[in-house]
Amino acid sequence: MTPEEQNFMRKINAEEKIEPKDWMPDAYRKNVTRQMSQHAHSEVIGMQPEGNWITRAPSLRRKVVLLSKVQDEAGHGLYLYSACETLGISRAEMIEALQKGTAKYASIFNYPTLTWGDVGAIGWLVDGAAIVNQVSLQRTSYGPYARGMIRICKEESFHQRQGYEALLVLAQGSPEQKQMAQDSLNRFYWPALMMFGPHDSESAHSAKSMEWKIKRETNDDLRQKFIDQTVPQIEFLGLEHPDPAIKWNEERGHYDHGDIDWEEFYSVINGNGHCNRQRIEHHVAAHEEGAWVRDAITAYNDKKNANKIKNVA
Amino acid sequence: MTTEKLELFEVFIRSKRGLDHKHVGSLHAEDHAQALEYARDCYTRRSEGVSIWVMKSNDICASQEDDAESFYDPSDDKPYRHATYYVLPDPVNNM
Ligand SMILES: [Fe+2]
Ligand SMILES: [Fe+2]
Ligand SMILES: [Fe+2]
Repeated sequence: MTPEEQNFMRKINAEEKIEPKDWMPDAYRKNVTRQMSQHAHSEVIGMQPEGNWITRAPSLRRKVVLLSKVQDEAGHGLYLYSACETLGISRAEMIEALQKGTAKYASIFNYPTLTWGDVGAIGWLVDGAAIVNQVSLQRTSYGPYARGMIRICKEESFHQRQGYEALLVLAQGSPEQKQMAQDSLNRFYWPALMMFGPHDSESAHSAKSMEWKIKRETNDDLRQKFIDQTVPQIEFLGLEHPDPAIKWNEERGHYDHGDIDWEEFYSVINGNGHCNRQRIEHHVAAHEEGAWVRDAITAYNDKKNANKIKNVA
Repeated sequence: MTTEKLELFEVFIRSKRGLDHKHVGSLHAEDHAQALEYARDCYTRRSEGVSIWVMKSNDICASQEDDAESFYDPSDDKPYRHATYYVLPDPVNNM
């Protein structure tokens, strides 16, 4: 090991954060850049399935709540893109990678939101799963990422609560409403479990990420946490658990669960989900429609700078 | 020596790795490099920090307290942005 590498590993082992101007191995920089940009893309693409319901929310209260939540997600995207830029990648490069498909985002957002119940299920389960992951990432080794996570976690709790509350109303409503809640739970439960990524034995980036403390807990441990916390929440709604194999295991102190359909997971990741194409097309369209704003800012700056030079001369 | 010709710099210190830089005060200096040295001498005599940022005070664009109302008003009527707004029954209140 070179002295730089030694110093880097000393910080990692001592639970110290790595800061933007510190020396770090290229592979560490690449790994954190990949994970953080993927996280940022997920926040931004994640606005689409919920945004789909803003104009159709069942009441004014639900509408402003949903609007606020989606607005938060845009903010989370911004925090994460900015934090990621401290590693040397530009915003434009990240956006291009997303639009060309070389960078991924959370697969869950390739599922459609067919009913109002889905908006509740997303807040409760998808944000719920994200929180489990993000709480763990508050201890990630890259300083700007860790601080971003602390900020984001503070804002996430409302996302999960508003979702659960919306679903609780449905679950306590008419038989049709209760059925809608059940249907949303059934469709989003398994994809939410997949959000934690493949089993540790299959995960390409896991070992190094754990060694460098980019990730603090394994995919399977985080998933188990989520499974455990979700069981009583489903029970309280009076809904049927989508996993018939769910069973408390006294010895392990955890719930045992059924197998995840990994074929579906890889199929959706590789572009064959219901909405993959639509999500990226929409992103490209929104980006292009906003081009005039970026152009106007550049033109204004150019003009201001030109005036400054004139005044000096 | 007069400080009139010198620029004002704001000083930010990270007290521990992993924490944000916090504003600690300001000082006059000739340029960035000198400001950094002065900041070290003035503000970290007891190893208060592991990293110092200095920036020209003139480069700071700040909101005005007088504008606070119109600046922050829009949040006043949005209690639903807070987790506590959602009242959940005890058995599921831990989310
Ligand atoms: Fe978020
Ligand atoms: Fe969220
Ligand atoms: Fe998130």
